[in-house]
Amino acid sequence: MTYTFQFGDLLPYWNVLLQGLIYTIVLTIVSTVAGIAVGTSGAAARAFGPRWLDMTVGVYVEVIRNTPFIVQLFFLFFGLPATGLKLSENTAAFLAMTINLGAYSTEIIRAGMLAVPKGHLEAGESLAMSRLQVLRYVVLRQAFQKVYPALSSQIIIVMLGSAVVSQISAEDLTYAANFVQSRNFRAFEVYFVVAFLYLLLAIAARAVLRGIGRLVFPKA
Amino acid sequence: MVEFTFWDIFYNLLLATRWTILLSLVAFVSGGIVGLVLLFARTSKVGWLEFLTKLYIEFFQGTPLLMQLFLFFFGIALFGIEVSPWLAAWLALTLWTSAFLTEIWRGCVEAIPKGQWEAGETLAFSYVEQMRHIILPQAMRIAVAPTVGFSVQVVKGTALASIIGFVDLTKAGTMLNNATFRPFLVYSLVALIYFALCFPLSWSAKKLEKRLNVAR
Repeated sequence: MTYTFQFGDLLPYWNVLLQGLIYTIVLTIVSTVAGIAVGTSGAAARAFGPRWLDMTVGVYVEVIRNTPFIVQLFFLFFGLPATGLKLSENTAAFLAMTINLGAYSTEIIRAGMLAVPKGHLEAGESLAMSRLQVLRYVVLRQAFQKVYPALSSQIIIVMLGSAVVSQISAEDLTYAANFVQSRNFRAFEVYFVVAFLYLLLAIAARAVLRGIGRLVFPKA
Repeated sequence: MVEFTFWDIFYNLLLATRWTILLSLVAFVSGGIVGLVLLFARTSKVGWLEFLTKLYIEFFQGTPLLMQLFLFFFGIALFGIEVSPWLAAWLALTLWTSAFLTEIWRGCVEAIPKGQWEAGETLAFSYVEQMRHIILPQAMRIAVAPTVGFSVQVVKGTALASIIGFVDLTKAGTMLNNATFRPFLVYSLVALIYFALCFPLSWSAKKLEKRLNVAR
């Protein structure tokens, strides 16, 4: 191998990479919040809703879990405008991430809800709580506490999956990498550094999520 | 200008699906082989071996598959070797798959009671013999369901190979869309075909898991 690595050629582009990094972080945070909201509603609908709702949400979950994220993204960004609904690349990226995480977290949170002992639900009912109150005060907290680790790893998987949004020219970290690579032609160096940045991001996200977990669910 | 009928589009997508299936199969099998080797290293109780495997797994689980594809695609070229998208996609998917399978299988190996290892040791079995004759046959039973479940991720992962120019189902969808300007139809069909590939896998993973729980 006669190639000399030139990592120095990346330096002039540090702000491009930083902007991409920030975009990826913001996109992840926003769609995580939205995705978990979708997942919580979906899980409640599946666990406590009427049968038709359970089935409908079930179809949503299976369709999303059994198709690649990139196809979902392309469908939203290229497919929907044909029906008159045109999305910007940012909206499409956000929606695709939300819908994707929504489906996975529906199943994760549902598992947590079903693990709540039946007696707790009955206890809530005997206190004259409405179904929503039981869900809010009895079920949710326990359910989240049980599935928090699984939910955390899913969030990180979705964050890493977000690299694909560069393909619809949403300006995330991967987009920044492609941009820099097209300017200085140091493809390997750029992708190596950016892969490392993603790794740091994943490690940081894991630490932050663990911290939040400790804060929200202190050891009893 | 050539007109594409619905059946032309569908037929061409199906042709490209062969490559998705082939890449999935090849990556899954070779990823499984590498994963098995790594499993031995990961559970070897040899400090530096375990550490290296951990690093490997951390890298492949902690970076986007897309980055790994780019790294292989542009990285191998540095050695002066002509890289086809095939080769880069196969290599990246193999290593990515192996990292996940190693972790899944490690969980299964660790679920085997310690007494089983000790029994092997009293019979003067070496580490490899203990794995081969005592641990793996039992761990395999638990491993089937999550392994089949992970195969869904491999099939979906191959869709990313389209980005480095591998003509799979997703790439064919993009090309057909460019030729027909019917994105809604094309991407619906692409999604449908992926669903047809993946759903049977995730469904059987679920069934297998249930059957295993009943047997206990």
